[in-house]
Amino acid sequence: MSPESPTIETHGLSKRYRGGQLAVDGLELSVPQGAVFGFLGPNGSGKTTTIRMLMGLIGPTAGRVELFGEPIPQATNRVLPRVGALIEGPAHYPYLTGADNLARYDAADRSADPKTRNARVADALERVGLSSAAQKKAKAYSLGMKQRLGLAAALLQPRDLLVLDEPTNGLDPQGMREIRSLIKSLAADGTTVFLSSHLLDEIEQVCTHAAVMSKGRLVVQGTVGELGAGLRARLAVTTPDAAAAEMVLKTVLVAAGSASGDAQVHVEGDRVSCDADGLEPDAVCAALVGAGVRVFAFGIERPSLEDAFVALTGEGFDVAQ
Amino acid sequence: MSLSSSVGNSGTAESTAVQNGTAEVPAGRAVSRGARTARPRIRLRGSFALNELATMFGRIRNLALLGALAAIPLALGIAIKLTTNHPDGGGGFISQVSNNGLFLVFSSLTITLPVFLPLALGVVAGDSISGEAGQGTLRYLLVAPVGRNRLLAVKGGALVVFCVVASFTVAVSAFVIGLILFPIGQVTLLSGESISFGAALVKAVIITLLVAASLLGLASIGLFVSTLTDTAIAAMAVTVGVTVLSGILQTIPQLSSIQPWLFTDQWTSFADLLRDPVYTPNIVHNVLIQALYVAVFGSAAWARLSSRDVLA
Repeated sequence: MSPESPTIETHGLSKRYRGGQLAVDGLELSVPQGAVFGFLGPNGSGKTTTIRMLMGLIGPTAGRVELFGEPIPQATNRVLPRVGALIEGPAHYPYLTGADNLARYDAADRSADPKTRNARVADALERVGLSSAAQKKAKAYSLGMKQRLGLAAALLQPRDLLVLDEPTNGLDPQGMREIRSLIKSLAADGTTVFLSSHLLDEIEQVCTHAAVMSKGRLVVQGTVGELGAGLRARLAVTTPDAAAAEMVLKTVLVAAGSASGDAQVHVEGDRVSCDADGLEPDAVCAALVGAGVRVFAFGIERPSLEDAFVALTGEGFDVAQ
Repeated sequence: MSLSSSVGNSGTAESTAVQNGTAEVPAGRAVSRGARTARPRIRLRGSFALNELATMFGRIRNLALLGALAAIPLALGIAIKLTTNHPDGGGGFISQVSNNGLFLVFSSLTITLPVFLPLALGVVAGDSISGEAGQGTLRYLLVAPVGRNRLLAVKGGALVVFCVVASFTVAVSAFVIGLILFPIGQVTLLSGESISFGAALVKAVIITLLVAASLLGLASIGLFVSTLTDTAIAAMAVTVGVTVLSGILQTIPQLSSIQPWLFTDQWTSFADLLRDPVYTPNIVHNVLIQALYVAVFGSAAWARLSSRDVLA
């Protein structure tokens, strides 16, 4: 437990929309200070509804939200100047230029100093690589440029918390890399980043913590290491002699002290795999070759966050464990 | 627009200063450094209210609406000039225009108040909140955070300014065209006396302000409707529709008991200013009705916006 109060904390947070649909159900979220927090979940799992409640845009049906230890929505005017947000895609005034769009959002924030506005607008545009398009009307922007402008709006002031909903949407691979390094540099400055995304490797690359939502409920939250901890590395062999390989692996597992080799060896076409715990890969490979198994590929597969995500949400999961 | 170009120039100069300084330099100090080279100039960007006005009057659509309003006195003036040989043509103010150009102001306001001014106001008022919601900018204003009460106050204030600007657009356009096309001189009041051109001009300004005030009830209705929906065009249509409905109710004799409560009931009362002494009861009635509508629909708009779930 961190000594400071969490940057974001929710207790029993629930939202039922008119029509009876329970979008978020009893959410207990805790985002520690300084974390890069990945917020994962399949479409329709309640991520955006949660973010809207965090920002005070919609009121919860039950439960409460605290940002920096202050209640939302009561303290929104005091707390939100410390928060930069990109919520469900960028939104702009199509008839204003990029710079004028940012100036308007900045003017809306009472805590923003109008004397430094132009400098901060130019600086934010610079950070997202939009300086050359600053005087273009926003309606002439491409999807990726609009996304960058949305990010620039979140960066108008030094923030203690950034809430980014799908920040790399519409960006090309180069743009995605830029955003990732931007997030990393912000996090290095101590900004807490709350990042919702369906791109798991993106989360894996930048996040220290993650939470997984499914059907409005929080399935799990913790550090990225903890999330992957439940999944063990697997040893996998690709071979045309699947039956022979299966025999060898069972023998090896029994020799390594596993109780019943049967349940742990999985054959899928020409791919044979088992838990890698306690096995010595070089010895296993030698045993396979010694038994006349033609080994096309051999390796230890580390569980990715995607595996953890799929295991936790049960979405399209091939039950191999 | 000159505003945006000034932002670009000074902004670039100041951002250079920020980059040259260390990353930890607070933005305020960095700018004061930049201000040595670029003198701070007065910008219409100090507050959200000024930004709202700059956005409102910088928008092409709204300028087109004002342009259309300015064109109406021109059309009217030319029509009167061309038909000036028919002494029986037209009644009221219009018959006096060919004798005195200042009456083009009164005629134009009389013509635009029932239809064209409500139409322009309906577009702007109906769009005020729903337009922000529809394009998604409402959620970004709210997380800025603008504060819901402040947003409503700024939007309402901007609508008041629009009512005044729209009314004066008609009046000034009519005044200029009246000067060009028709003779100018003493003005004969409805009650028969003549007053000097200067005194009449003062009355014209007050009348224009009364016309602007007559629109405030409708503005508050539009603001309220605008908080109900994310579809701007629906809010615009309802706001204009309400004006039409009120006008229709005005013509049904069986509804005489509710007519004094309609916001269109005393719209023509401004003409009473052209009597000597000024006949005030209807003017006062109009102002009170408008104030009542502002209070009722302003409160409704506040109740709605302050509790609303912003999903767009």
